[in-house]
Amino acid sequence: MNEMTKITTLKDWETDQEVRWCPGCGDYAILKAVQRTMPDLGVRPEDTLFVSGIGCSSRFPYYMETYGFHTIHGRAPAIATGAKLANPDLDVWIITGDGDALSIGGNHTMHLLRRNLDCQIMLFNNEIYGLTKGQYSPTSRVGTSSPSTPYGSVDRPASPCAFALGSGARFIARGIDVHKDLTNVLKAAHTHKGAAFIEIFQNCIVYNKDVFEEFAAKKTAASTQLLLADGEPMLFEKGEKGITLDRETLSLKVVDVVDGDWQAANVIVHDVTNRSVAHMLIEMPFGEFPMAIGVLYDDPRPTFEAAVVEQNAQAAEGKKADLQALLNKGQTWTVTEDGPEL
Amino acid sequence: MATALKQDDSDNNQPANAENVVVRFAGDSGDGMQLTGGQFTLSTALAGSDLATFPDFPAEIRAPQGTLFGVSAFQINFGSRAIETAGDQPDVLIAMNPAALKTNVDALREGGLIIADEGEFGKRNLDKAKYENNPLEDGSLAKWQLLKLDISALTLEAVKPFGLGNKEALRCKNMWTLGLALWMFEREREPIIDWLKTKFAKLPDVADSNIAALNAGHAYGETAELSGDGLGSGHLTTRKVGAAPSAPGEYRTVTGAEALSLGLVAGAQLADLPMFFGGYPITPASAILHHLSRLKEFGVTTFQAEDEIAAIAAAIGASYAGKLGITSSSGPGIALKGEAMGLAIMTELPLVIVNSQRGGPSTGLPTKTEQSDLYQAIYGRNGDAPMPVIAARSPGDAFECAIEAVRIAVQYMTPVMLLTDGYIANAAEPWKIPDVDTLEPFPTTFLDKMPADGLKPYARDEKLARPWIKPGTPELMHRIGGIEKGIDTGHIDYGAANHQQMTEIRRDKVLGVADSIPDQDVALGKAGGKLAVVGWGSTFGPIHQAVRRAVEAGKDVSHIHIRNVWPMPKNLGDLLKSYDRVIVPEMNTGQLKTVLRDQYLVDAKPVNKVSGQPFTIAEIEAAIEENLS
Repeated sequence: MNEMTKITTLKDWETDQEVRWCPGCGDYAILKAVQRTMPDLGVRPEDTLFVSGIGCSSRFPYYMETYGFHTIHGRAPAIATGAKLANPDLDVWIITGDGDALSIGGNHTMHLLRRNLDCQIMLFNNEIYGLTKGQYSPTSRVGTSSPSTPYGSVDRPASPCAFALGSGARFIARGIDVHKDLTNVLKAAHTHKGAAFIEIFQNCIVYNKDVFEEFAAKKTAASTQLLLADGEPMLFEKGEKGITLDRETLSLKVVDVVDGDWQAANVIVHDVTNRSVAHMLIEMPFGEFPMAIGVLYDDPRPTFEAAVVEQNAQAAEGKKADLQALLNKGQTWTVTEDGPEL
Repeated sequence: MATALKQDDSDNNQPANAENVVVRFAGDSGDGMQLTGGQFTLSTALAGSDLATFPDFPAEIRAPQGTLFGVSAFQINFGSRAIETAGDQPDVLIAMNPAALKTNVDALREGGLIIADEGEFGKRNLDKAKYENNPLEDGSLAKWQLLKLDISALTLEAVKPFGLGNKEALRCKNMWTLGLALWMFEREREPIIDWLKTKFAKLPDVADSNIAALNAGHAYGETAELSGDGLGSGHLTTRKVGAAPSAPGEYRTVTGAEALSLGLVAGAQLADLPMFFGGYPITPASAILHHLSRLKEFGVTTFQAEDEIAAIAAAIGASYAGKLGITSSSGPGIALKGEAMGLAIMTELPLVIVNSQRGGPSTGLPTKTEQSDLYQAIYGRNGDAPMPVIAARSPGDAFECAIEAVRIAVQYMTPVMLLTDGYIANAAEPWKIPDVDTLEPFPTTFLDKMPADGLKPYARDEKLARPWIKPGTPELMHRIGGIEKGIDTGHIDYGAANHQQMTEIRRDKVLGVADSIPDQDVALGKAGGKLAVVGWGSTFGPIHQAVRRAVEAGKDVSHIHIRNVWPMPKNLGDLLKSYDRVIVPEMNTGQLKTVLRDQYLVDAKPVNKVSGQPFTIAEIEAAIEENLS
């Protein structure tokens, strides 16, 4: 979106409701980031709808001075789909979590992405069920010890961004709750016309404290985060390392960049429309690689609601909404006082 | 009427001008019996007879040919007086193969006529139908009249000039049979010929061969000299069933699924709202989704969701955004929608949920009828979750019930359950087309300006309904959700007193719907007396006819039919108490019976049938007899 005249300020997006997250929860930072971003988007609160499911993150709509619908577990994408089809002018944001979006609501998340409903879907990933007091979630790593897995979890976690890509998402980004760059990710998601999927690493300080610390910590961020920007080389470690393509194995690898000459090291220039590279960035194993943060993939295609509106209009073209004619359709006969006649 | 025929008919001579006749077409699922039945229905309706139909088909789309479980049947009862059921016993059975004969012949009244396609009674088909001997030859059908025709050969002969392959040519068998049936009952062929020409406009050879088969079947009746074959006195005569007296006006035939869809469209227009319909394919409810998806010009958006939950959730989202949200399913799908219904109750949004009931539990009997979801409709949600429930009694009634469901939903800001069933959904009846100008509008009002005393999304009007506010309206931003709402404000409120009060408001709002519905009337008979037969839904027909016969025989019996199943009409308790005995025939194990006992402490007695088939009149008559003695 171009720089818009600011028609609102941060204050216009805050409600009078007392925020009820645990002190220190990453959700506070995300809420502030969203409230700070909204004035920059040039949108109005009355045209904005936040829809959420169930979980800690799903209380979010109560704190935004917009229209809001706190729905039932896992169903926010379906409710948002109905609302957007009913009024395509609404600016729809879906707030969900790892359990809400990938476990109980996995089906709806997949179909929303496949259909490409124009909305922003913010998945707060904390790798745990917080509101139900700490059970392991579909994104928890193997071995997660929790009230329901006292000997450690044994099932493999889902990768939110890989799930989104596989479901047909056309915009995929990653952000970190306390990262100042989160607002830029939100803006990019809003600019994208279609379903924009954002995984936000969110720190649950009570049940899964600092689970992302190894890459989210500010002190070590330079070496643990690959901050992506469209058209820019994939560099980290203050430009001393980069990501390149190993042409023999057709996989990514980390290379040293000498004297800033990233071209010589064949460092890849990020092209947000490249789906294959997006897939590789999503799947990069952390440790061997840094964590890719920012817009991983952005390649819009026509949206679901636009197609529905267009087809409805085409099908209705030249036809009158004549209820009486509809009731009288087909073969009819008339009964007079003297009996029936054809 | 079937019994009248039976009585007049001991010598097997058909009356030349029968009051009513029941015909059953039975064949393989691939034989086109539903189509044949449907077209016969149309020609019968056009002749002015009253009628009711009962399509009865297997859950399998194309079961293996010739098998017993692959038989598809279509029954029609038509007459020169009011018809309310598809008939207890067929007078005529048209059996296109041995399996169709075997599965249907026992229903045929003694002395009734069997028309069998003997060309299909070879060893292979007899084996498949588990016949050791050919029933057409072994005398086992002696108590009926039997007419053996090689319909397959006659059809092949008739369509020979069009050069179709054998398989294609045999597909015209159903039209040959229809032609014969049209001749038997002196029906016009023209409407069918017109229909064939339209249906096969792009395949003129197919149209012509079907028309030729139709004409050949008709001509066969006209010219063939058919006499007894030594096994029965099978012979063909024509039987004229005259027009039934009906109110002047314009008529058409309509199935329940059609009428219900039209009613929803009419309801949305009367409410001045665009419609959003979320559905997921399920038998026997899908027909509603199919009908509505063709009506875009009426402001209808249809959405085939990824599952039943998404279908209702999207409808709720659309209602929140200011459209009329509607969803539809059958029992298993309704079960999945339960949690979302609770959300619509909590957020007090208008919503219509249609349940086309089928045999349950679980997958149950997908293509058979039952009315065993009444508890589910009234009670089937977590928490104290009251919801108005309306039940249609016939295809035509489904139109009015749909409008009523929409009215209650938008006027009371509540989800409404509209019950129909597999029988009503598929059955056809003549329908006096309503005059749109006589339908009373109930335009919706949205709150679109800040009230003087500030925004209160859960403020109440005189009906206890909250305001409907569309997202997009300036200044009125607010949040709703499934967590308990504070009185007036709608903010999250877990307070003890608040939950008590809000629960009572939700209950009272739904009970208040009784203020806007008519008092319970007596469908037939009088208020007070010896026996009331109380029904709901599609049992209307057999109950009504059985009570009519009892009343005509001088018995003290009345028929009470309940449309508003929840909340019930205010006078219902007093009315029920004015009878010595109350019986409740239902296609379940006694659900309305339990509700009536609970609500009114009346000693209602159950009469139950759960065979996947509608009640016969005789079964209700027997129950009346038993309870009068």
